[in-house]
Formats: sequence, structure tokens, C-alpha cells
Amino acid sequence: MFDQNIIAKLQQISGKDQVLTDTADLICYSYDATQKQYRPDVVVHPGSVEEVSQIMQLANETKTPVFPRGAGTGFTGGSVPIAGGIVLGLTRLDKILEIDEENLVATIEPGVVTEDFQKTVEKVGLFYPPDPASLKVSTMGGNVAECAGGPRCVKYGVTKDYIIGLEIVTPTGDIIKTGGPTMKGVVGYDLTKLICGSEGTLAVITKIIVKLLPKPEAKKTMLVLFDSIDGAAQAVSAIIRGKIIPTTLEFLDARTLECVRNATDLDVPDAAHAVLLIEVDGDREFLDKQVQKISQIVQPLGVVETRIAETPAESEALWQIRRSISASLRQVNPDKFNEDICVPRSKVPDMIRKIEQIADKYQIPIVNFGHAGDGNIHVNIMIDGKIPGEEEKAEKAIVEVFEGALELGGTMSGEHGVGIMKAPFISLELSDSVVDYMKTIKRALDPNNILNPGKIFPSDR
Amino acid sequence: MAKLKKLEDFRDEIDQCVKCGGCRAHCPAFGAEKHEGRVARGKIALADSLLRGDVDLEEKFLLDMSQCLLCGSCYAQCPNKVHTEDIVAATRREIANRKGLSTFGKGVGTILKNQGVMNLLAKGGGAFSKLLFKKIPDQSGLRLRFPAPFISSDRTLPPLTAKPFRERVPEMIPGDPDMPTVLFFTGCGINYMYPESGEALLKALKFIGVTVLIPKDQVCCGLPAVSAGAAATVESLAEENLPVFQKNSYDYIVTACASCHSGLTQIYPGMGDEFGDLKEKVKDIFVFLVEHGFTEKLAALPQRDNPIRVTYHDPCHLRNHGITKEPREILKALPQVDYVEMENAGTCCGLGGTYSVYHYDTSKKIGAKKAGFIAESGAELVATDCPGCIMQLQDSINHADEKQRAVHILDLVADVLPE
Ligand SMILES: Cc1cc2nc3c(=O)[nH]c(=O)nc-3n(C[C@H](O)[C@H](O)[C@H](O)COP(=O)(O)OP(=O)(O)OC[C@H]3O[C@@H](n4cnc5c(N)ncnc54)[C@H](O)[C@@H]3O)c2cc1C
Repeated sequence: MFDQNIIAKLQQISGKDQVLTDTADLICYSYDATQKQYRPDVVVHPGSVEEVSQIMQLANETKTPVFPRGAGTGFTGGSVPIAGGIVLGLTRLDKILEIDEENLVATIEPGVVTEDFQKTVEKVGLFYPPDPASLKVSTMGGNVAECAGGPRCVKYGVTKDYIIGLEIVTPTGDIIKTGGPTMKGVVGYDLTKLICGSEGTLAVITKIIVKLLPKPEAKKTMLVLFDSIDGAAQAVSAIIRGKIIPTTLEFLDARTLECVRNATDLDVPDAAHAVLLIEVDGDREFLDKQVQKISQIVQPLGVVETRIAETPAESEALWQIRRSISASLRQVNPDKFNEDICVPRSKVPDMIRKIEQIADKYQIPIVNFGHAGDGNIHVNIMIDGKIPGEEEKAEKAIVEVFEGALELGGTMSGEHGVGIMKAPFISLELSDSVVDYMKTIKRALDPNNILNPGKIFPSDR
Repeated sequence: MAKLKKLEDFRDEIDQCVKCGGCRAHCPAFGAEKHEGRVARGKIALADSLLRGDVDLEEKFLLDMSQCLLCGSCYAQCPNKVHTEDIVAATRREIANRKGLSTFGKGVGTILKNQGVMNLLAKGGGAFSKLLFKKIPDQSGLRLRFPAPFISSDRTLPPLTAKPFRERVPEMIPGDPDMPTVLFFTGCGINYMYPESGEALLKALKFIGVTVLIPKDQVCCGLPAVSAGAAATVESLAEENLPVFQKNSYDYIVTACASCHSGLTQIYPGMGDEFGDLKEKVKDIFVFLVEHGFTEKLAALPQRDNPIRVTYHDPCHLRNHGITKEPREILKALPQVDYVEMENAGTCCGLGGTYSVYHYDTSKKIGAKKAGFIAESGAELVATDCPGCIMQLQDSINHADEKQRAVHILDLVADVLPE
């Protein structure tokens, strides 16, 4: 039985309306996009940093686990309350506090939805590039905690490249500031970067200072169909060697194209075994030239067809192939394990070949697509979970995929994080001494292990 | 026998939700309240828990299930195409089944404890408005309000007509033998609240020589009852309408109400094979007009000086079924109309069947957003294709202290046609 005093105190801190304990409410805050469900004992939505601080003090004193939560779109269970306790919903802290057009800096609260923030700064001609596919719903707090990336990151970098300062609440309830609104700053450790990607295990983020760019004037989209994945991968290197950094370099492998062909009436010629979706941005007059140059560079690499969008509607039509993947995959099998390994850009074809071998070995469909420009491959292992043994097979295949990526100098996760889903595997990638180093930090900052326990490190469970 | 699906029939569909949370960007109820129980993902988790026996029909459960406009905005954007609106409607029926119809209202903290009132409500717009709306003239003298204990009393409503539309017109209006014959399914909105729009429809069809049947024995389509979880009412209304569809001979059924269109093409066909051909037979009036050369006829009319600036609101129940082009095409072809597209034309107005009865406050918040977009567009009129939307849009505009008027596109059409 959960301590009723804690609930009473939470009600004192944030108000009765903001503290939820009914079963129906607990169900609604029990999951994220991994679909793993664990019910918390209570959900609280604080309305200020002071409230967050008091909640953390209370939790620390009573040794009650706290699970920070943004929009709950995480792919690794980061926000899921695996030990019961408190879900700390941060969506009420949703104000854009300042957009400083002189210094190209904005200050925002963590509950701001990524796309809302982007649209707001774009209204004044500014630009916040990181664009996770979940941007219509994900929160900036969640983006910082996971160091989210997206298609535009080839050219512009990931979330942490834009975060220059934070206000955070420590696991023991102190409110501290890290970094600040200056473009430079080297006094002390870079705690801002430490918190970016810490998956809500080291601090609760309550304010974010973001660096902005001027908004590029225009963009142009092209779709190139290749007869092999090698051609597509060589094209990526060739484009970058040609001193063009596209905003977007998304690829689809042969198996993904097959799914799209089967599930939609989009025009995907049989001869195409890989596709690159390429976008360039910048001043309008340069774009046509860049697109021409890219066409020339890739031409000798087994191009089946090149499509160039002249209007926004045509551009949207080209994106359709990429956007149709998710629904198309479900026609292969109902359940999917979605991994997001990352390898050096030039190693993408090697990795795809390894994955094809793994798929053949276990006789399960694995389809790959993702951000070719930064070697970040979304590996989708498609199974029917209702068939006995399928899940076990998929789990074995996943381990081999991770091992394959690591052999090529890559990593298990480019953007989704570790959470609970990859925690059992981190020692594949990180040596004992690295894990110890990290855990020492965690223990020092969170002596009672109350902030998002059981995430990242398996033995904490 | 007309039969609606049960919640357990949605087992597979519930499993299709992968909890990606994409619906959070598109749900009007969530947009107003920001609570996970408001959004499709949460409701599916709740429906799933109910089926598994992991949750009781506690008050919060009922509240969350009541907080859905059944607008289908989530479905339209869902990567896995999960029909949350159907799952919620089925859950409401399940609630009614287990605890009686009135629970649903009780659970959401309204005064609807009375089974009789609930049943009347479930009978649909006509009975609903006649019995529950009380005439209280304000400055204009022509407004109706909900009775005070029922709902906050500041809602503007159109006057109820003394003589319903179907009593004003003959059951058949002959046209050109070379043109098709259509059956006009009027719906309650046009029959009781906006009979002029019904007359406008007849004028438009007469203009192109279409023969029209307006059977007097047609009844409410039942969509408000779907929203209320009143399965038996929906089923009996469908059975009453069935002979109307079967005994008359016509080429198409036309509707001028998005909700009726949805009831006839989406709900009825799932209730039994006898309703099977409705999906093909039923056409929204503007789809029908466009297919029968109406646009060209309008374009041939002389342009008017000082055109009125008009924008269009997409009713959810047309947008969800891909009907977005035809109403705009007609509007743009009208000689007295200067068409402007508003931002977010496709977001819900906030009415949502019986939603605004239980949740007038949230409904107003959703409506206020819409009123803002209408005002920003610079239009004088917002035209649409659904009496429910017209009522809600006008109420939202009035609350925003704006001047625009909400009208049916048909009213504008009738204005330019010869008598
Ligand atoms: C359809 C879909 C597409 C996606 N595409 C991408 C993509 O392209 N790129 C990408 O990187 N990710 C992607 N993701 C994953 C996910 O959207 C990101 O990880 C996102 O950053 C999570 O944000 P959220 O607000 O939903 O956070 P949540 O899921 O609620 O939480 C994520 C983590 O952040 C922590 N957290 C949240 N808020 C705070 C806070 N204020 N302080 C401290 N910790 C906090 C939580 O404890 C948890 O560990 C996708 C997910 C989906 C469902």
C-alpha cells in the first residue's frame, strides 16, 4: 500500500487537481511508445520549479521513486514507472519564456512541444533544426533528456548541439543552473552536456536555453532511386566529398521498398533496390545548382531514376514514400522491434549486408531505413508476437544486430537512448570501467537512487 | 436485425495502437485539457483495460470516455489507422450495457440522472431540442437557450421552426426525366432548425432538373445516440429508416448534413448486410452537384459586384471521409463569393454530438480556437455543410464577440439561383 501521507503532501505542493490516483488515471500514465506498461502509484503535474523541488525533496526523504515524463513518446521506456512511485508529468511547464532576437537565443520550459517551439521561432525568421519524427507531440524536455535527432541532423547536428544552458532540479531537490545564454563558457564542468541525453536519471529539467539559427530561405527535395544499396551508400559519401551537406539524406533499403510496393500504389520501380531522399536548403538561387550537382555526382552510381520536386506539393509527394513506411511495415507482420543503431556513414552497406544475413539466419523479416547521412539505421524486426518463439528469435537477432554495429565501430543507439529496452545490453558497448564511471556519477548525485531508477544500467533494477 | 458492434469486436483494432502518441497533436479535447486520458492513446489503453478486467467503471473512466468528440481527427492522422471514435462509441455502449444509460451522464458529473431524459437525448437532435430547449428571447428575440440546470445558459441556439421542413414540402418534386432521382435524407438539423437550407437544396436540385423524394416517414439517423452510447436507440432508428431506403426508387440518397452522411455511410453499413449498398448510394449534396455539372452552371452566372468574403469550415464527418474539395469548389464558383481559405479549416468545431452537452466548457475552448481562425481569415461568413457545425460555429463566434455569421453553403447557393 502506497504511503497516503506522500499523496497528501503532493496535494499540498501542487494542488489536489494536479495529483491523480484513480486507476483510470494511473493506466493513462503507465506507458510510452515502447508499449511496456507499469502503473505508478500517483501522477503529479507540478506547475513551477519550486513545486518540482519540493516534490524531489519529499521523494528523496521518503525514498520514493520519481519518473519524469514529457509526452511519453520515448522508444526505450525512459518515462515508464517500472518501480511504481511517482510519475512527474512536466507538460504544465509549457511556456516559451523569451526569444532573444539580438542574441539568437530562446529560453523555454520543458513541456513546450517541439513543433510549437519551431513554429514560434520561425515566425520571427529563426530556426531550431532538431526534428525528431515525433516533433508534433514530443516535448523539448524529453528531447533534451534523450538528445533527440532527426533527418535534418546530418547538416545541423542533434539536440545537444543547440542547448547552451539549463535550469535543473537535482535528485535531492536543489535548483541549479548550468551554462547560460552565452555562446562560450568554460567555467567548471560542462554540466549542460552531461544532462543532455541523461534520460531523466540525473536531474529534472525545468528550463532550457536554446541556441537558434537564421531560418534558411528555401529548400528543395529530390528522390533518387538506385539499383543497389552500395550505389546509394557511395552516393552519400560522394555528395559529402563534393562539399555539399544536404539537410536530409534519408535512405530506404530493398526490403523496405518491397513493403512500400506491396502496401501502397506509390510508384516504386522493381529495378530500384535502394532510395535516397535528399533535401538541400539555403538561399533560393543556390538550390537548383546544388540539386544539379548532386544529380551529376550520383549519376554513375547505378541510378535508376531521379525525381526532383519543383513545388511544395511535389516535395510532399516525394516524402510520401518515406512517410508510408510505418503503415506499410505492419502489413508484413503486426509487431515490430525498432532499433536505431548508428555506424560510420561509409559502413552502411556493410551493416545492411550483416542485417540481411541475420534476417536469413533467423528467418524473420528485417527492414531498414533511416538517416543515411549520419549512418543512423532504423532496424525493424518484424514478427507476429502471437506465434510462440517469435519473440525469442527476435531478441536473439537484436543482439546480433547490436554486435554487428559495434564491430563496425558503431553504437547501439543513435537517438532513442537506453531506457529499459537496451539496459540489458549496455555492457556489449561500454566497458566495465566506463559503466562504473557513469554509475559513480549517478550515485553521487542521486544517493537514494530515486530519480528514474532502473533505467540505462541493468543492475539497478 | 440492425446490430452495432460490441466492444469485444474491437479487440484486434485496439491491439493495433502502438502508443506512439501521435494523436496528441490532433485531438481537440486533448488540446483543450492536456490530460492523457483525453487523447486516443489513453482511451484505447482504458478500453483495453476494461476488456481485460483491469479497471472498473469508475468515475474517472466515465469522464475520460465522455471526453471525446468522436470527430475522428486522431484516426485521420493515425499511422496504424485505428478507429478510436468507433472504439469510444463501443465503450460507451458497453458502459450503458453494464450500468444503464444514465450512468454515463452521472459519471461525468452532470445532472443527467434521469433515464427518461437520457433516452430522449439519445433519440437525436429533433426530440432533443424540442423538449430540452426553452425559448428565452434575448435582445434579438430569436435565440434559444438550453434550460439552465442542463447546461450553462449562455449558449446561442437557432430558433426552432414552428413548421418542420418535411411538413412544408411535398413527398415528391418531379424534375427532368433525363436527370437522376434522389432521395433527400434531411436529418434533424435541417428539419427542425434550418428548414431554409432544406429549401435551398430543393432549389438547387430543381435548377438542374433533378427529381427529389422527401419521404415524411424518415427519422433521425441516430448519430447523437451513437455518441451517447445508446445502442438500442441507434438500432431502432436504423430499422425505422430501412424501409424508407428500400421501398422508394431512386438513384442516390443525398444529405446536407455531415453527421447524417456519416451515420448513413459509416455506421449503418456495419449494422447488417441490408444496409450494405448505402456506402455507394449516399452522396453529400455538393459531391452530387459537382458530379452533375453544377459548378459549370454557377460559373456561367454573371459575377456580382462587391462579393462577400467567405471561408469554409470542414465538418469532421466529411473531412474524415475525404470530402473536402467539392464544397470548396461550389463556394469558389459562386458569383457573389470571394473565397478565402482559413488556417486550420479542418479542425473540429467542438460540438461533437452530445459532447458539448456534457462538456460545454471544453467545447467552448475548442470553439474559441476556431472562432479565432475564422476572424483571422478576414471572412464575413463562414460556410459549411453541417447544421451542427453551424450552430456551434455561431455560438463560438458570439462568445468571441465577433461579427461573422455561420451559414450553410446551400443558403449562398439559393441566393443566386432564379426563383
Ligand atoms: C513515431 C515516433 C517517432 C520518433 N522519432 C524520433 C526521431 O526521429 N528521433 C529521435 O531522437 N527520437 C524519436 N522518437 C523518440 C521520442 O519521441 C524522443 O525520444 C523524444 O525526445 C521523447 O520526448 P517525450 O517528450 O515524449 O519524452 P518522454 O518519452 O516522456 O520521456 C523520455 C525521457 O526523457 C525524460 N524526461 C522527459 N522530460 C524530462 C524533463 N523535463 N526532465 C528530465 N527528464 C525528462 C523521461 O524520464 C524519459 O527518460 C520517436 C518516437 C515516436 C513515437
